[in-house]
Amino acid sequence: MSGIELIFAAFALLAWGSGLLAVTSKQVVHAALWLVVALGSLAGVYLTLGAEVVALVQLLVYVGAVVVLVLFALMLTRAPIGISHDLDASRGRRLAAALCGLGVAGLLGGTLVAAVGDHEVDPDTATGSPSALGEAIFGGWLLPFEVLSLLLLAALVAALTVSRGGGER
Amino acid sequence: MIDLGMDLGEIVEVVVRAASIIVAFIALPLLLGQTEHKVMAHMQGRLGPMYPGGFHGWAQLVADGAKFAQKEEIIPAAADRSIFRIAPAVSLLPYAVALTAVPLSADLVGADLDCGLLFVLAAMSVGVLGPLMAGWSSANKYALLGGLRAGAQLLAYELPMVLAAASVAMAAGTLSLTGIAQAWEPWWLLWQAPAALVFLTAGLAELQRPPFDLPIADSELVVGPYTEYAGLRFAFFLLAEYAGAVVLSALFTVLFLGGWQGPFDDVLGPVWTLLKTGLMGIVIIWLRVSWPRTREDQLQRLAWTLLVPLSLAQLVLTAVVVVAV
Repeated sequence: MSGIELIFAAFALLAWGSGLLAVTSKQVVHAALWLVVALGSLAGVYLTLGAEVVALVQLLVYVGAVVVLVLFALMLTRAPIGISHDLDASRGRRLAAALCGLGVAGLLGGTLVAAVGDHEVDPDTATGSPSALGEAIFGGWLLPFEVLSLLLLAALVAALTVSRGGGER
Repeated sequence: MIDLGMDLGEIVEVVVRAASIIVAFIALPLLLGQTEHKVMAHMQGRLGPMYPGGFHGWAQLVADGAKFAQKEEIIPAAADRSIFRIAPAVSLLPYAVALTAVPLSADLVGADLDCGLLFVLAAMSVGVLGPLMAGWSSANKYALLGGLRAGAQLLAYELPMVLAAASVAMAAGTLSLTGIAQAWEPWWLLWQAPAALVFLTAGLAELQRPPFDLPIADSELVVGPYTEYAGLRFAFFLLAEYAGAVVLSALFTVLFLGGWQGPFDDVLGPVWTLLKTGLMGIVIIWLRVSWPRTREDQLQRLAWTLLVPLSLAQLVLTAVVVVAV
């Protein structure tokens, strides 16, 4: 086992463990903070696979902005210190959620193993470098990229409309 | 057997690099703190910081350190203890990580990364979590309000900061910090001036330094998220502020002031970088002593109606010049 594989395994294990804690934690804010660890270790996984830019953007956008927004919203509403029993789901729903999670994991994992299980991938930094990624996005994938930005703009405008309500203001 | 893929020489090099970063990370913020004492004392006629130890009050920082180390560590009964404890580290460590990628000269850098700019910005953005965690876990109304203000402020100012940095990266055609400083030319001072202004303003807001110190506004919120902290943990938050100021000054130097470029820069390169960084540090202190605190709504309006459009306009200008020249 090489050093890089060991680091990959450590990050993967960390992502898995903190992800599990994020959904099972009995405290709302703790769940959000475990999400920080999960998303951060996912960035580590990307990094060990040679996808530098994706890893850093993951950190900048998800840890630095999305989770901060989640925490901000939690604190604005009601995030008591200690266990929140009123947020617990019933036993049946918990079971259903666990089954759904396991099912999705099995489906994705099975698909990946069946599709690329016997390939050995050599993580090279050349394809994940900023210039290669930039050329790919603004070369061959320009149209999907722009359509995606249009989608995000539409979502932004929609969010504004919904939050402002339909009244005359 | 684990194969690290490195021989002994490389391992020694990694250790030396890491050790130098740690030394710089401890020494530079303290130096900036000492400078702030003295510069503020001179600018505002403050007499206290000029006495301890005799000459020019050189021992003020030592006395502060001794005071913080002696104080009792208090954790409020209703606080979330684990989060309360790790919040100072979450504030401080990202700046140490960011410092590793900031170059002193073309070959004097902790880690010369291909996307160093993105790395530093990403690392700095994680530090935001510190005040939020501190504010929430303290079980104190003022601390929570301060944490909320910190969150809102940091979210608002992250965007113009990244856009301003993107303008320089676009001008240099690279995300590498050494590459940007090498591509820099004196006329960029004029060309990239709006981006520099936006970057400095947003950086000050990210650090929660005056005039953007609303989260810790002492006349309204005691000291915001840090209200319940005492002793060394409080000192860590202070250190995080100075470390952030050092990283911001160094990053500003590399992005907008050409880093190590100057007369005889093949020998004096690192000296130029340090000098410019020191100058930026003094500018940051100067802004602190000369501006009153803004109001919360003014702060948000400044970010969204002035800084974001300004940085977008700068991006357009940069693109036009890059394509035309």
